[in-house]
Parts: sequence; structure tokens; C-alpha cells
Amino acid sequence: MTLDKLPIGSAGIITAVGGEGALRCRLLDMGLIPRTKVKVVKTAPLGDPVEIRLRDYELTIRLADAALIEISPVTDNNKDSAGGTAE
Amino acid sequence: MIFALVGNQNSGKTTLFNQLTGSNQHVGNFPGVTVDSKSGFIRGYRDVEVVDLPGIYSIRAYSNEETVTRDFILNEKPDGIINIVDATNIERNLYLTLQLIELRIPMVLALNMMDEVRSNGGTVDIEMMSERLGIPVVPISAAKNEGIDELIRVAYETASKREIPKIYDFCSPGPIHRCIHAICHVIEDHAQSADIPLRFAASKLIEGDDADIISRLDLDKNELELIDHSIVEMEKEHGLDRNAALADMRYSFIESVCRGAVVKARESKEHLRSEKIDRVLTNKYAAIPIFFGVMLLIFYLTFNVIGKFLQDLLQSGIDAFSAVTDTALTTFGTNEIAKSLVIDGLFAGVGSVLSFLPIIVVLFFFLSVLEDTGYMARIAFVMDKALRKIGLSGRSIVPMLIGFGCTVPAVMATRTLSSDRDRKMTILLTPFMSCSAKIPIYAVFSAALFPDFAALVMIGLYIFGILVGVLAALLMNHSMYRGNPVPFVMELPNYRFPSAKTVAMLLWDKAKDFLTRAFTIIFFATLMIWFFSTFDIRMNPVESQQESILASIGALIAPIFTPLGFGDWRVSTSLITGFIAKESVISTLGILTSEPGGVTNAIAQLFTARSGLSFLVFTLLYTPCVAAVSAICRELKSKLKGIGVAVFQCVTAWIFAFIVYHIAGLIIG
Ligand SMILES: Nc1nc2c(ncn2[C@@H]2O[C@H](COP(=O)(O)OP(=O)(O)OP(=O)(O)O)[C@@H](O)[C@H]2O)c(=O)[nH]1
Ligand SMILES: [Mg+2]
Repeated sequence: MTLDKLPIGSAGIITAVGGEGALRCRLLDMGLIPRTKVKVVKTAPLGDPVEIRLRDYELTIRLADAALIEISPVTDNNKDSAGGTAE
Repeated sequence: MIFALVGNQNSGKTTLFNQLTGSNQHVGNFPGVTVDSKSGFIRGYRDVEVVDLPGIYSIRAYSNEETVTRDFILNEKPDGIINIVDATNIERNLYLTLQLIELRIPMVLALNMMDEVRSNGGTVDIEMMSERLGIPVVPISAAKNEGIDELIRVAYETASKREIPKIYDFCSPGPIHRCIHAICHVIEDHAQSADIPLRFAASKLIEGDDADIISRLDLDKNELELIDHSIVEMEKEHGLDRNAALADMRYSFIESVCRGAVVKARESKEHLRSEKIDRVLTNKYAAIPIFFGVMLLIFYLTFNVIGKFLQDLLQSGIDAFSAVTDTALTTFGTNEIAKSLVIDGLFAGVGSVLSFLPIIVVLFFFLSVLEDTGYMARIAFVMDKALRKIGLSGRSIVPMLIGFGCTVPAVMATRTLSSDRDRKMTILLTPFMSCSAKIPIYAVFSAALFPDFAALVMIGLYIFGILVGVLAALLMNHSMYRGNPVPFVMELPNYRFPSAKTVAMLLWDKAKDFLTRAFTIIFFATLMIWFFSTFDIRMNPVESQQESILASIGALIAPIFTPLGFGDWRVSTSLITGFIAKESVISTLGILTSEPGGVTNAIAQLFTARSGLSFLVFTLLYTPCVAAVSAICRELKSKLKGIGVAVFQCVTAWIFAFIVYHIAGLIIG
């Protein structure tokens, strides 16, 4: 599953980051690396981009770029636990 | 001694810089406010310089402003680095720290925003962090001016003793560790002779994205192959590719640093508050109407309520002063020409512009609130998709909004755009966002010609400018700037309450700017205009301005504007002075007409509603002022292209004014 498919409000753990060049490096630099937990907070009014939360901060990326990020969904009871790497 | 302030975007570098040096650089709650380096001396230390730099997430050079920072730390070799880390977002911030440590430059970590961490019940074990990172760590709060003296002391000491970071091996045993050490082994001599820190060079070789560093290492074919081989080996063993493996190594190290040392607050107040505000401001249905509502409200309040009130007050003051001076000069029996200089020159010219000070300051106040609260970042988020339709990204909206204030900083703000294409397009578009210096033109004209619809005409002009900009963008997007817009990856900072001090400083700065312009450039233009319209070529005072030097020059270009409905030489002259500063259009008309009842009356005589409308459209769209054109030349790195932009705008303005003039002819007759 990819990050763009994740329903709003749910979380997942990154398994792979695709893409290439500058975009990919930017994603990695921002902490989107395998084993990181991310949560989709909301989509923008026009449907794109999305706001995600990871490592205790909010980031916005476009759906097309989110589609490059492979995740495995997690069930998550704790609302605000999208921080750090999953153990 | 020189210190570089390095840190992530929006981590508080400029706030700290202002505290350290007592200066007044622009701070905002938006990632990417600072786009150029700025240096200053630390208060009380005359020989210690600090340099504020644009924020970066990694030592890479994607966008122009990041290049500024990269080049500074790599080429200028500062004596010390003050690395500012946002403690509320510690993991991502430390990612840059690890890369800075590899540079082997004395370094201090300033852990900023500790006020927020503490008030939320979080703690950081400073000693443990310092131990694990191998560099001194000082907790501070730049905004609250806490811990700054301690930071200066520690930074000074570290740099004077030339204490290099104690740790620089972030890899735990494994494939990536072996790979880095193998590369270090190969390049050791090269790195030394090229004077590049060894570990940093190794990292850059693995990432492979810094051609400059790689070529400076001067490796031969064999060595390059050897290096590539060990990287490929590592990828096979590790399971992650080179970039991901390196990022993974750094984040794993960061997690081990934070474990036990950083106790995160369970819930941050700032985050909860932001979530609540965002439920409204970025709401699926309300967000876009709210954005347009906010912009309309800003213009309404600026022009009609607050700004207008203050302006009327100031205007009556200036009028009274002018009348008193006039009487005084007459009673005193001052020479007619000298009196004309003061009354028809200075008061009619500079005076007619001066009263707009409050309006402009009020507009800047609202723009700075948009930025300081964090709403600007949300606008970029909300508008991204719409902007993509015209080939841009959400980030481009920021320079455009700043452009309503002044085109110069707006054009500079385009540096945060990472693709050259987006940058160029945005630079071409910002002048269509009507700058605050044009406000006097719109205000005086609408008061003179459309007294009942003044507000409507003003707002209409702004919207018209935006529409023409969109049209131009669509055109460019389908011709010379074809291509895909760049990715849009941006942090959304928590909302903050704007600091009164920051806002006050900014307003003072803008007011000072305006007054300086009024009393230098506009004053000078006023004098010139007065002079050339008062004398003829033989230096005799003229009977009527028709015979003056200026009239003959103005008459030369006036025919260009005849098809637009304003072929009078005084109008064409005012447009030329408008190139020096937009406000001069009004001051020039003020001098050249010197009607009783001021410039408003004169305009009512000189223009019809139809030609007035066409003139307004022309001034809305025609070339930006000299300062803006030179900023555009700088940012496009080409005089020719900058001048090209100016010419392009003049042509566009002429065409649209022509169309408006003729359509208005059909309607109003
Ligand atoms: N609560 C709190 N806010 C702070 C502190 N320091 C800075 N800020 C706020 O953080 C925001 C960003 O500050 P800047 O100084 O503009 O950050 P910067 O690092 O220069 O940002 P860029 O130039 O965009 O890279 C502003 O809204 C500041 O008011 C602090 O110690 N505590
Ligand atoms: Mg800054």
C-alpha cells in the first residue's frame, strides 16, 4: 500500500521510499525513511496535497509524491503517537 | 572571529541573530523567510561576527537559498558554527547537526524553543545530549531572550580553543560502517590535499549529489570504481539503497541520542491549538472562501477603515501646514519662484504622497500578521493545487502575497523555490501583484473620478492585476516555460501568536523606508520636475508650463499614449517619473497641474472616467519601479532579461489599457 491511499486519520509505517533525485533526498532528509510512523492528517480542500504528521511535526506533500512511499498500515489507538521510528 | 548560524528552516536563527546583534532582520513563522546571508557583530564583543543564513534541512544545494548556506559553511570556513535546533522537533533538526559535525568545525548546539518544551512538561537532559553528540549543548529561548549570554560564552570558548566535535562516527557496526570506512581509506590523501573534511567527503561520495565536492577530490578512475563497488556491496548487504541507508544510519543514531535524554511532552499545547485552528482555516469547504475573505478584509480595512482614517488625519495636518507656510511666505514677501518651489514643488509633490504613509504601514501590518501567525504556510497548502493549474506550486503564493507590499522583497523571496522554472515564472508574475506604492495613484484617481465607487475600483484593480498575471502564467506555461512544476514538500509550523516586538519593528522599518523614499528619491524627482517645468531652455521662468523644458520632452512621448486616451504631456511625464518610484506619478501630477483644490481636482479636469480607467490599468500593469527592476535583474542574473521583463510589462500594460479604453468607450461613451 502507498501513503496516498491511506485514509485520513489513520497511520502507517514506512517500508520503502521510492522516487529519485532531489525529491527523494528531500523526503529522506525530512525523516521519511523506512520504519518511520506517519499519520495522514488531512487533505487540502482541492483534494491535493495532503498533510501528514511524523516525528512530531506536520509536513505537506503532494499525492503524487505520497504515492512513492510504501507503507504498511497500523491500527492506532493513541491519537498523537506519530513520533519517531516504530520499534 | 566569525560564527555561522546554521539550522533548519523556521528554527529561530534570525530571532537569535537579532538578539545577538541587536539588529532587526525579518522574522516570520514560515519556513524559508531568510533567503540571504546577513552578518553582524555580537553586542559587547566587537570582534565577534555572526552570520545569519537561510535555513537548510541537509547540506545540499537544491534551491538558491540553500546554496547560499552550503557555500558559506563550506567555502568561508567560519571559526565556529552555532547550530540552532528546534527542541520541539528535535529528531529532524538533529539530522542536520550530524552532517555539520562531519565538517570538523568547532560547534555549539543551541537548543531553541525551550520555553515551549518546558511549558508542555517536556525535558531534555542537556548533559547527556552533549556527551552523546560530542559538542556543547546550550538550552535557549531566542524569543524570550533566555540562555543567550551562556550561549555566547560557550560558543566563544569553544571557538577560541578550537574544540572540534569529539564524535563523528555515527555508524554502528554493519555494512554502512564498513562502506564508509572503506571509502575514507581510499580518499584520505585526496581529502587532505583538497582540504575537505574526510567523513564529510565520504558521505558526499555515497550520496553522490555534490558534483563540486566530488570533482575537488580529484579521484582517478580506479578509485572511483573502487568506491562505487563498495557502495554497491553495501546496498546489497544492507537491503536499502545508498541514500536511504545513509539517512537510516543518521536517524538511528539520533534515536539513540534522544533515548533517555529527551522526554517528550505527551501533548503539546501549541500543536493542539494549531489542530483546532486548522479545523476551520484549512477546512475542506471553508478554507478557500476564508482565504479570499481574509484578503478582502485586509484590503477593506487598509483602504477604508483604519488606513483611511489615519490618512485623512495626516492629510489635514499636511494641508494645514501647507496653508500656514503659504501665508507665512506671502506675508514675508518671499520671492515668487522660491515660494513656488516650496508650495508648488514640495508640498504639491512630496506632500501629496506623504499622507499615504498610514495606509502602507497598515497593509504591511496585515501581511506580517499573515506570515507571523503561520497562516501563510496554510495558504500555500490550500492553494497548491490551484497554482499547479497555472504551472506553479503553493510556495509561489508567498512571493505574490509579499508583492502586495513591495516587489523588491517579493522577488527575493522567490529564492526558496527550488526549480529555476518556477522561480522565473514567479518573478515574472510578482509585478502583477499591485505593490503598495501604487496605492496613492489608485486612491487619488478613484476619489477624483469615481467618488461613489472608490472601493470597488480599488479592489477591481487588484483583482484585474491578478487575472492578467494568471493569464500571463498560463501563456508562459504553454510556451517558453513548459515543464512540470516542482515537488512541494513543506513543513507546516504550529500557529504562533505574533510577537508584538517583531511586528512593531517591521512596521517601523517599513515606515522608515517609506519616509526615506519620500524625502530622497521622491523629493529629488519632485525638485527635478519643478525645475524643468518652471524654466525654459534659456533658464527664464516660463509664463505657462507649456513652454517649459519638460513640456517639450513630455510632448515627445505623449503620442504613444494618445490611443489610450491620455495624450497630455503632463500625464506622460508623470508615468516616466513613476518608473523612479510609483508614488511620483501623483506627486508629479500634483506639481504639473497645481490646480486649486489639489491634485484630486486637477485629475478630475485632466481625465474623463474613461481615460482615467485606462490610465489606472496602465499604471497597474506597466514596468515596476527602478528598485524592483534591478532586483529582478539580480535574481534572474541577467540585466537583459530584467529589462526584458520591464518591456514585457509595458507592452502588456499598453495592450490592456487600449482594450479597456475602447470597451469603456462602448459602455460609458
Ligand atoms: N516560542 C518560541 N518561539 C520562537 C523562539 N525562537 C523563535 N521563535 C519563533 O519561531 C519562528 C521562526 O523564527 P525565525 O527566527 O524567523 O526562524 P529562522 O530560523 O530564521 O527561519 P528561516 O529564515 O525561515 O529559515 C518565529 O515565529 C519566531 O517568533 C523561541 O525561543 N520560542
Ligand atoms: Mg531566518
